[in-house]
Amino acid sequence: MLKQVRNLTRSYGVPESWTLRVSREQGGYESARKAYAWPAQQIIDEVKKANLRGRGGAGFPAGVKWSFMRPHPTLPAYLVVNADEGEPGTFKDRTIMELDPHRLIEGCMIAARAIGAHAAYIYVRHELHLAKERLWGAIREARDAGLLGENPLGSGWAMDVQVHTGAGAYICGEETALLNSLEGRRGEPRIRPPFPAQAGLFGCPTTVNNVETIASTPTILELGGEAFSRLSDLHHLGDGGCRLFGLSGHVQRPGVYEACIGLTLRDLIYELGGGMLPGTKLLGVIPGGSSCPVLRPEETVDAPDQKSVLHPWHGMSVLDVPIGVDTMRELGTMAGTTCAIVLSDRACPALALQNIMRFYRHESCGQCTPCREGTGWMERIVDKIVAGTATIEELDMLYGIASNVMGNTICAFGEGASMPMLGFLRKFRKELEQHVRTGGKSSTGRLNA
Amino acid sequence: MSFALTPERQREAEEIFSRYPNKLAACIPLLHLCQEQHGWVSSEVIDFVADRCEVTTAHVQGVVTFYSLFNQQPVGRHQIWVCRTLSCALGGAGEILRHCEKRLGIRAGETTPDGRVTLRTAECLAACGQGPVMQVDKTYHEHLTIEQVDRILDGLLAGDEK
Ligand SMILES: Cc1cc2nc3c(=O)[nH]c(=O)nc-3n(C[C@H](O)[C@H](O)[C@H](O)COP(=O)(O)O)c2cc1C
Ligand code: FES
Repeated sequence: MLKQVRNLTRSYGVPESWTLRVSREQGGYESARKAYAWPAQQIIDEVKKANLRGRGGAGFPAGVKWSFMRPHPTLPAYLVVNADEGEPGTFKDRTIMELDPHRLIEGCMIAARAIGAHAAYIYVRHELHLAKERLWGAIREARDAGLLGENPLGSGWAMDVQVHTGAGAYICGEETALLNSLEGRRGEPRIRPPFPAQAGLFGCPTTVNNVETIASTPTILELGGEAFSRLSDLHHLGDGGCRLFGLSGHVQRPGVYEACIGLTLRDLIYELGGGMLPGTKLLGVIPGGSSCPVLRPEETVDAPDQKSVLHPWHGMSVLDVPIGVDTMRELGTMAGTTCAIVLSDRACPALALQNIMRFYRHESCGQCTPCREGTGWMERIVDKIVAGTATIEELDMLYGIASNVMGNTICAFGEGASMPMLGFLRKFRKELEQHVRTGGKSSTGRLNA
Repeated sequence: MSFALTPERQREAEEIFSRYPNKLAACIPLLHLCQEQHGWVSSEVIDFVADRCEVTTAHVQGVVTFYSLFNQQPVGRHQIWVCRTLSCALGGAGEILRHCEKRLGIRAGETTPDGRVTLRTAECLAACGQGPVMQVDKTYHEHLTIEQVDRILDGLLAGDEK
C-alpha cells in the first residue's frame, strides 16, 4: 500500500537543510542524546525490533550485524559507512548526504555507540563533490558544537567522523574491497572469513553499513523500534519501516521518494512516478539496481502454497507485490537498493542487456578468473547478438557461462553480473532469439524513448 | 624533477595524515591532492606519494592503475564525463555523447588538440533520475538536452583565460 512519509526526507526542501541550525529545528541530534544515555545493548535491541534491513542491497538485518561486534582486548572498533553508491540506477544515498548530512552524522554517533566504536569513516565515491563538501561542513559544525570530539553531549564517549574518498571503481562498494581501498590499497575484495566484525578496517573489528541504513537509526530511536517496524506492511516478515525508493527510466516523474515498506512497483511507477512517458508501454522493470533480474508486467504470482511468503498475492500481477527483501527474492529477483529502472516498449531489450553487460565487464576487478573471463565472454556474445552475428548456440551458452560465474567468486560481484544476464535470458528469450534469427534487426534499435 | 606540494596543499596533506592510524591509508586522498595540483599522476608524483606514505613505488603504482579517476597521462584543462550507463542511456545519453564528440572533434577518451578538454565516458554517476547526466570538472549537469550541452561546451571553449 502506498504510504508516503517524511522521516528520512524530513528536511528535504527546507532552505539550507544541510546546516546544523536547520537540523536542530527538525529535531536533529535528539536521538543521539538518547543513545548516549542508553547502554549499547539497548540500542542494538531497539534496532533489532525495528527490523531495519540493510539498505545497501543485500538486506541483512542491521541489529543482527551490530550484535556480531565483540569488544577486542587491545584493538579499537570501527564503523564504516558505505557511501560508494555505484549500483546502476541507484541515486538515493546522495540525497541524504547533500540535503541532510547531519542525519548521517547523528546516525554514525548512534551506531558507533552501539558497536563500541569511537571513530567512523564515511567512504564517499570521489565524483560526489557536493556530498563530500556538505559532509565535511556538517562534521565541522558538529565538532564546534561539541556533538563530536572528546566528550559529545557530555557523555564522555569520544567520537569522531572522517570522510574518505574512492577514486572511481564500482567494486569498492563491496564491503571488503571498500576496506582495502580505505586502507590505501587496490580495491580488491577479501576472502571471508575473517568477516569485518572479526578483522575489518586495519585488522580491527568493523561494521560496514549503507548510508541510508545508518541515517534511519535516528528515526528508530525517535519512534521506537517496534513502531518503526510497524510502519511497514511487511513487519510480519521482519522487513520494517520506511525507506527511500528511486525511480528512473521511461516514467513521467523520475526521482527519489520516501514511503513505508509495502509500496508496490505499480505504486512506484504509476502513482509516485506519474506513469509511463506518453505513448509508451511498460516493457520491464528492474526493481533495485541493475544487478536485480528484470520483471515483466505480464508476470503473475504463482504461490498456491499458503505458507509461501507470496501467497497473499497469488494470481496477482508481480507489480502488485510490496517491494521487500523477502518478497522480491521469492519472485526470483531482489529488492536491492529499491531504486527501480523502468524500460518502455521503445527500448530494445538486447541493447539494454548489452549496456548492463558492458558495465559489469568494465567493472570486474579481475581478481577471480570466472568473473574476469565470464563477464568478458558474456559481453562479447551479447555484442554479437546486437550486431546480428551470434548463433542460437551462443545464446544458449550464455546460461552456462552465467551459471558458472555464480558462486565461484570471492565476492558477490559475480552474482551481480550473472543474475541480470539470467533474468534477461528468461524474460526476453523470444526477443533475443528474434534478434539472432533476423541478423540483428533489433525490435526498436534504440534505448531512449 | 621531483614533485612537491604547494605550502597550502602541504598543510592539507598534514591534515589528511592526521585522519588515519597509519600512513598508508592516506595514499588515495594524497594522490587526489597531488593530481589536483599537477593534473595527472606522473612518476614524480608516485615517488612523492610512496615516500610520504612510506610504501614502495610499486604499491603506489598498483593503486594508481586500479582506479579509473587517476590520470596516468596529462589531460585537458577541463574534463568531461558523460554517463553512459542504463538509466542515462534510456534518457538519451548516446546522443549526448555523440554530440560532444562532434562538437569537440574528438572521440571519448581523447583530449582536444589545444589541450582544453578531455572527453570521457563514465559509469553510473548516482544521478540516474536526472539523466542524461554529465560531469564537467567537479560539477554535475543533469537533465541534459543538446542545447544545454552546446551552452556548456561554448562556455568551456570560450571562457578559459589560461
Ligand atoms: C559489487 C558490489 C557493489 C556494492 N556496492 C555497494 C554500494 O555502492 N553501496 C552500498 O551501500 N553497498 C554496496 N554493496 C553492498 C555492500 O557489500 C554491503 O553489503 C553493504 O554496504 C552493507 O550495508 P547494509 O547492511 O547497511 O546494507 C555492494 C556489494 C557488491 C557485491
Ligand atoms: S545511469 Fe547515469 S547516473 Fe546512473
